[in-house]
Amino acid sequence: MSLLDRLQQFTQQHETTDSDSMAPLGAVIEHLFSATEGSIKGRRMILVGTNNYLGLTFDNQCINANHQATRTYGTGTTGSRLANGSYAGHQDLEKELATFYGVDHSIVFSTGYTANLGMISALVSHGDTIMLDEHCHASIYDGCKLSGADIIHFRHNNAEDLDKRLRRLGDNASTTLIIVEGIYSMLGDRGNLKDIVIVKQKYDALLMVDEAHSLGVLGESGRGLAQESDVEQHVDFITGTFSKSLAGIGGFCVSQHPELEVIRYTSRPYIFTASPSPGTIASTRAALGIISNTPKLREQLWENANRLYSGLKSMGYDLSPEVSPVIAVNVGEREDALAMWKKLFDRGIYVNLVMPPATPNRKCLLRCSVSAAHTSAQLEVVLDAFASFQTPKLNKQLA
Amino acid sequence: MTNDADAILEDVIKLLSQFIKQDGEITESQHLMRDLELDSVMVMELMMELEDHFDISIPLNSLPDVNTVSDLAIEISKLKNQ
Repeated sequence: MSLLDRLQQFTQQHETTDSDSMAPLGAVIEHLFSATEGSIKGRRMILVGTNNYLGLTFDNQCINANHQATRTYGTGTTGSRLANGSYAGHQDLEKELATFYGVDHSIVFSTGYTANLGMISALVSHGDTIMLDEHCHASIYDGCKLSGADIIHFRHNNAEDLDKRLRRLGDNASTTLIIVEGIYSMLGDRGNLKDIVIVKQKYDALLMVDEAHSLGVLGESGRGLAQESDVEQHVDFITGTFSKSLAGIGGFCVSQHPELEVIRYTSRPYIFTASPSPGTIASTRAALGIISNTPKLREQLWENANRLYSGLKSMGYDLSPEVSPVIAVNVGEREDALAMWKKLFDRGIYVNLVMPPATPNRKCLLRCSVSAAHTSAQLEVVLDAFASFQTPKLNKQLA
Repeated sequence: MTNDADAILEDVIKLLSQFIKQDGEITESQHLMRDLELDSVMVMELMMELEDHFDISIPLNSLPDVNTVSDLAIEISKLKNQ
């Protein structure tokens, strides 16, 4: 089969999903009216699939900071930090991230994807082992592949299973990097961090936690699951993204280990990527300040998440295991999922359609992400739409 | 194949049968993805089952040359004897 034939095969396989203008994978948001409303195909939509957890994309402080930095420093940095030099804003953001997390060291990457890619590939190499939760994000998998280390999965959130697999490694367990997430991106469930930390300590392994979906969402000051679980001192590396709660684009790693600074000289995804633009850095710094100083946003986010989750649950929907700003509705077969996504679209609601193998347990999911900026009225519209579906499975559950 | 290798192959086929949709006998020459239609997630789950069954570690990156049922059994045999 030729290279182009393979691409054509992919197209044919996805024909059902993408065959009309309302294709879930090709939705184009033409205008944005706020953090939670935009237009697609000329239609005003409530956006429930954005990961804009704190709704800061239209925050005035963030926009003004971005605007001012762009005026002062220009639109882009046009090169990598190692080759072309850092801007003051990069270093200021790194200091502020370290202060926010209460650690001494921090590195900013150009995306959340490259943060995971860059950290994992620089921390471990051929002959080392990575143990990762089977539900970890693709960026973590790709970082593992790039590293050349042995990759072993353990069962999702199962510390006992991790223990068993580390035991099998014998002496090599101490050169193992364990990787888990704060909130898992597809089902929205928290990592079992307290128990994972106990196993990590038993084998003297290193632990990295990706707080991409939990930064600004969990913990007393919004630092994520490690803070909420009171295990921050046992987590060696925390990675995260600026593209969700911080409403920009970029990624980071923070750590109490001074060795983190060496990563700047050894991590190819850090070295060979252009550094984040001045505007992005400035808006991220403003957003980080807001997360630190505005706990009310987190409270509103959780109020909204509870409202949507409990509403869907009361209708009998098969939902992700716990209340979270990521609410996954299990809708059974591929055709049912696509039909439901389109009905929601027709009612002016945009959610994420996620199909296997991108989903855990081979489920077809309508993935909703809740924002602190969603109004009660918007959430009612979403709940009304879900209430209008009468799938056989749902009827059976309700009966 | 030795008796040990035969026993490993038999166990691999038994575990594989829990993962595939098709009826009928699984043979050692069948291709895991093309013939048995295992996708990447199923392969991951299968590896965890095999690791537990044989009490070994099977790094995912050790599998690039594993295509058939027989390849898998041979790889497990190697890992068991390391």
